[in-house]
Amino acid sequence: MNETTKKKIDDILKQNEICLFMKGTPDVPQCGFSLAVSNVLKHLKVNFKGINVLEDNEIREGIKEYSDWPTIPQLYVKEKFLGGCDIVKEMFEKGELQKILNVK
Amino acid sequence: MGLKIEEIKRLIKSSIPDAEIDIQDLAGDNNHYSATIKSKVFSGKSKIEQHKLVYKALNGKMGNELHALALNTIES
Repeated sequence: MNETTKKKIDDILKQNEICLFMKGTPDVPQCGFSLAVSNVLKHLKVNFKGINVLEDNEIREGIKEYSDWPTIPQLYVKEKFLGGCDIVKEMFEKGELQKILNVK
Repeated sequence: MGLKIEEIKRLIKSSIPDAEIDIQDLAGDNNHYSATIKSKVFSGKSKIEQHKLVYKALNGKMGNELHALALNTIES
């Protein structure tokens, strides 16, 4: 990944406490897994920034390298990679996600 | 496109030999699977680390030839 892409991702994470890299947007997700994570966050009524990786191929490929994680979606909270769809759903079911996001 | 269940199992087994693997083909298209994998190598690791071990076993195929593999990893 080049420096420009890395800086772009760093900046996005710094500016958005809860950030979801996804295919499509929270309103119009383009993939079932992105839809699932987006819906969990909406259900918890948290404000999050959806980054549509389909609009930026450098971010789409860069974010996989950034987290060493091969798939989209990817959820970040306070600049930390939390997980993909399976992990986020599991954390939600166990109540762990609510604690991290500080919601009920 | 897509990987057969047996091929996915073989790849996982080759780097996690003690893995007990159950794979479901969710859509019948060789491209959307759900896998439950039980192994000793997962013990003491975070979920992210556990899933990364599986992705590494798949040798770069995840997100490429293999579009969707829902993972459930269990420590044995």
